[in-house]
Formats: sequence, structure tokens, C-alpha cells
Amino acid sequence: MEETKSPIVRIRNLSKSYSRGSQTIPVLEGISFDIPDGEFLALMGPSGSGKSTLLNLLAGIDTADTGTIEIGGIDITTLGETELAAWRALNVGFIFQFYNLIPVLTAFENVELPLLLTRLSTAERRAHVETALRVVGLADRMDHFPSQLSGGQQQRVAIARAVVTDPTILVADEPTGDLDRQSAAEILDLIDRLNHESGKTIIMVTHDPRAAEKAHAIRYLDKGILTDVHP
Amino acid sequence: MYILKLLWRNAFRHRLRTFLTVLGITVAILAFGMLRTLVDIWYSGVEASSATRLVTRNAVSLIFPLPISYKDRIRQFEGVKLVSWGNWFGGVYIEEKNFFANFAVDMESYLKLYPEFILPPDQAAAVKRDRKACVVGRKLADRFGWKIGDTIPLRGTIFPGAWEFVLRGIYQGRDKNTDETQMFFHWDYLNEALKRTVPRRADQAGFYMIGITSPSVSADVATAIDGTFRNSLAETMTESEKAFAMGFISMTEAILIAIKLVSFVVIVIIMAVVANTMAMTARERIGEYAVFKTLGFGGFHIAGLIFGESLVISMTGCAVGIALTFPAARAFASYLSNYFPFFNVSSTTIVMDVAASLLVGIVAAIFPTWRAVNIRIADGLRRIG
Ligand SMILES: Nc1ncnc2c1ncn2[C@@H]1O[C@H](COP(=O)(O)OP(=O)(O)O)[C@@H](O)[C@H]1O
Ligand SMILES: [Mg+2]
Repeated sequence: MEETKSPIVRIRNLSKSYSRGSQTIPVLEGISFDIPDGEFLALMGPSGSGKSTLLNLLAGIDTADTGTIEIGGIDITTLGETELAAWRALNVGFIFQFYNLIPVLTAFENVELPLLLTRLSTAERRAHVETALRVVGLADRMDHFPSQLSGGQQQRVAIARAVVTDPTILVADEPTGDLDRQSAAEILDLIDRLNHESGKTIIMVTHDPRAAEKAHAIRYLDKGILTDVHP
Repeated sequence: MYILKLLWRNAFRHRLRTFLTVLGITVAILAFGMLRTLVDIWYSGVEASSATRLVTRNAVSLIFPLPISYKDRIRQFEGVKLVSWGNWFGGVYIEEKNFFANFAVDMESYLKLYPEFILPPDQAAAVKRDRKACVVGRKLADRFGWKIGDTIPLRGTIFPGAWEFVLRGIYQGRDKNTDETQMFFHWDYLNEALKRTVPRRADQAGFYMIGITSPSVSADVATAIDGTFRNSLAETMTESEKAFAMGFISMTEAILIAIKLVSFVVIVIIMAVVANTMAMTARERIGEYAVFKTLGFGGFHIAGLIFGESLVISMTGCAVGIALTFPAARAFASYLSNYFPFFNVSSTTIVMDVAASLLVGIVAAIFPTWRAVNIRIADGLRRIG
């Protein structure tokens, strides 16, 4: 079944290194892989193995040294900075380890933020925001500021912000890394539901084996190479 | 709406820091406004001058007089309507610190030439009748508590002796910037005394004031007068009243320049303070700006956030500073009204306040914006947590 689906993400020969002083530190060394549409993929690997780097590259917030990243038919490595920003706004939903909500904005306003870059009217924006907050179960907390919410609730607001634009892919970098077990389980259920019910393609970086269990597929990153098997 | 809310909340996120910065701007704008107003006062004589009046004086220096016979010749020039004359008397009332301007003038022509000095008709008649009469401005009379009929003793400096005048008229200024701190008396009274005591100093005028038919003939009349007296024993120098008043200011130019300089230094200092606040703020928010960029917001949006916040802070300080400048100027004015012809905050000062605050807000935001816009998103996000 899954093999017949066309890949939404196609990565070829992707390399990235950082230079520290005169030293060059290779992080990714010629990675190639596909992600089918509707996939829920977990990326695992030891700390410092380059998981965040890979996620940032395919989310278009960092640039590769070589290789191509095709998402929904567009090679994003060819886009300029402005085009890339516009592409991100339309195609990528981000979920971070530390939620990264804007502290002076309410839950509602945080979720509304990415919609300000669209042509939607105020009323349309309101409808989208309310729907997204209802999906994550926070319809009754719209006027709360992040500091008035628990970690799990903040992460749910962040998820609402990630899905409100209906993006092509959702990327999550250790989304449960800062949460207690109970909240982590709730967040994982929510992400799983988004994958099942709305068919969202999800790429999630995680340390947590329980989190990885929820995914359809797990890939491991080690010493700059991607493998299917636990090293 | 959304953006304004965000800017406002961002600006007041660190209440104490923002409060102190706004306070600094408020004080700076207040100081700037007061200093500019002081400079304005200095120029008030220039502002109050009329374009239809010329002043003729000795070409060598103001301290050398001109023969009184020049008045009849000056009257004959095309474009001259009225000629008055006078001497700077330089008398001292009791002690030096009571300084005010006092002149001997040809009273009738002088009052005609200066319609901005308004004298009630009965007082004008009384002045005319009494050869020892003097006229003072309302503020000067208030300063020393003088009433009509009072005898005012002056100790002569340029014209030595003990002089006495009887206060017969108190003039009011017609315009806001009319000088109400002058004293003048009959030139004839001075001249007759000189004829008796030092005859060689009699029949001389320190300056001529000339009323002309229109501002457009000013240059021609001045050239004609100075041409006529060239190569005579007392060559003349004729200029507009404005230029003449400027000449007085140029003597104190160094002080003026110092005041202006200080007023700008105040702005530069506050610019550094606000720039420091904005740099601190933007450094703390690098992660947030990275989130904005991640979501697809561009450099312009980030710049808008930082410039907007900087301007919210600087313009809040500006508004409070301007609001306080008026009562401060009023307090200053009531305290010093007897010395200064007026103390009004000019619209130019307000415009400069606003311009300076805009400049402060913009300059303070440049460096933080440059950093926030240029940092790589991945590096900015790494700062969180
Ligand atoms: N901006 C950077 N400059 C230099 N080295 C970096 C930078 N970002 C990441 N690295 C290095 O790249 C490697 C991979 O980092 P990262 O992708 O964050 O790993 P992970 O998310 O798997 O823990 C690490 O060794 C890290 O120190
Ligand atoms: Mg990481």
C-alpha cells in the first residue's frame, strides 16, 4: 500500500557541515531518502548526531552545503531567502521542544500569528484559530497568556499554531522533551490523531522510545549516516 | 490593531527598564525644550523687529555718536517716512544688578515709530507736557513696583551724574513678543543738561531710527544714506532693525552656541541610553525573532517590530516631555518674567522635540534590527531553552 504512494519529501545527497574556527565538522554526509505522503516518521539518534540539523534543512530554516530537498515537487534548495520564507509560511508547521510561543500574545493571538501572512479576513482568521484550538482541546483557554498555561497546554497551543495554516508537512523537534510523562502522552496522542484523522505528514525528532513507537517508521541518524535499523 | 497591541505589550514587558528609559527621554525632551526656548528669547529682539524700520549709527562703532543735524538730511530721502533718534543712556537704578535698557529718545517721533508700544492717550499727553517725564514697560514697572507719578533716580554711567525722572507713562506691548522691559525719556532733557555741563557732547544722537514706506525700499534707502555721509567726519552705517538686533546678539553668540550645543548633547546622550535599552531588549528576543522568521515573517516585519517598539518608547517619552514643557516654561516665566520680554514655547521647539525623539527612536533601533535580521534562524532558535 504505502509503496504506491508518491513521496512528498525526496532528499538526495544531502550534506551539511559546520566550521568551528579552522576546523570543519561534518554533520550530515550524503543522505538520501524519501518520505511518503501521510507518513509519520520518527528520527532518532544520539545527542549531537545531527537530527535537528536534518529537520531544519527539510523545514527550510537552514541551508545545505550540497544535495537537493524536494518537497511537494519543489526543490527548496534552489529558493532564495524571501521565497523560502513564503514557502515555509504555506508548507511547514513547526513544533519545538520549548513551545516557542510569544509570551506577550494570548493563546488565540499566538495561533493567529501565522495567519497574518495570509489574505484571510479577520473573521476568517478567527474561525480558523477557533477550529485549531478546539482540535487541540483548548477552546476554553483562548485568552490565556503562555505563562498562565501548563507546559502540556503550551505545547498544544504550539501545535494549533503549527496546523492552523494547513501545511504540507509538520516538523517536530523533541516535542515531548520538556514535558512530564502524562503530558507527553497526551501530546503524542494529539500528533498521532493529526496524522490519522487529517492525514498530515509528520517528521518528529525524538529521544524517547515511547514517542517513536507511535510513528509508522523510525530512522536512525548516526555519524552522519541515516539507517533503518537501530545501530 | 494586532501589531499595535504587540508593539505596546513588547515595549512594556520590562516595566522598570521601560519606565526608566521613558523617564530619561522625558527629562531630555524637557531640558531640550527649555534650552531651545531660552535661545528663542535671545532672538526675541530680532523677531520683534519691524521690516519697515532702519537704524543708522556711526560706521566706526555704536559708541561713537552722529551729529543731530543728520536728522533733517535723512528726512529728505525718497522712501523715508519718519525719523526718530536717541542715545543709549545706560543709567543704573540703585545698583548694577537692577539692569534694564534705558534710552533718551525724541519722544513724539519715537512713539509714532513704535506703534507696538501702547500708551493710554492721557498718559501720552502727560509725557509730552513734562520734560522730566519717562515711560517704562509694564513688566519693568511691575518689577520695581513703580506707579505713575513716582520719581525714578538713575545714576548716569555714560552721562555721569544723578538723574531723576518722573514716571508719566506705562506702555503695554501690542504683540506677544513686544519687549515690555524698556525705559525711555525725553532726549531734549538729556541734551539741555549736556549743553550746560559738557557742551561738546551735546547735539549728538547715538542712533537714528528711520521709518520707511515699505520693506522693499530698505536697501536703497540704506545705501543712499550711507553714500551721502561717506567721507564726512561721521560716516554712517545703516541697516534694517533686524540686522541691528542681530548685531547685539552676535556679542553673546558664544553663550548661545554653548546653549544650543548642550541641547544637542542632551539628545545624543539620550540616544545612547535608548540604543542601549533596545540592544538589550533585542538580544533577549533573538529567539522570538527567530520564531517569527520560522513562521515566514521577513526582515521587514522584524524591523517593524524593533523600530516600532523603539518608537513607542521614544514617542511616549516625547509626549510626556512636551506635556511637561508647558507648565515648566510657565513656572520659569512667572519667576523670571521681569527680566525676559516673554517666555513662550514656540511651535518650532515642539517640532524639534518631535523630530529629535523620532531620530532617537530610529537610531536606537538600527543596530538591534541589523543583528536580528541577519542572524540565521537555526542559530536564533538555538538560543531558546
Ligand atoms: N551553528 C552551529 N555551529 C557549529 N556547530 C553546530 C551548529 N549547530 C549544530 N552544530 C553541531 O552539529 C552537530 C549536530 O547538532 P544537532 O543537529 O543539534 O544535533 P541533535 O539535534 O541530533 O542533537 C553537533 O555536534 C553540534 O554541536
Ligand atoms: Mg536537537
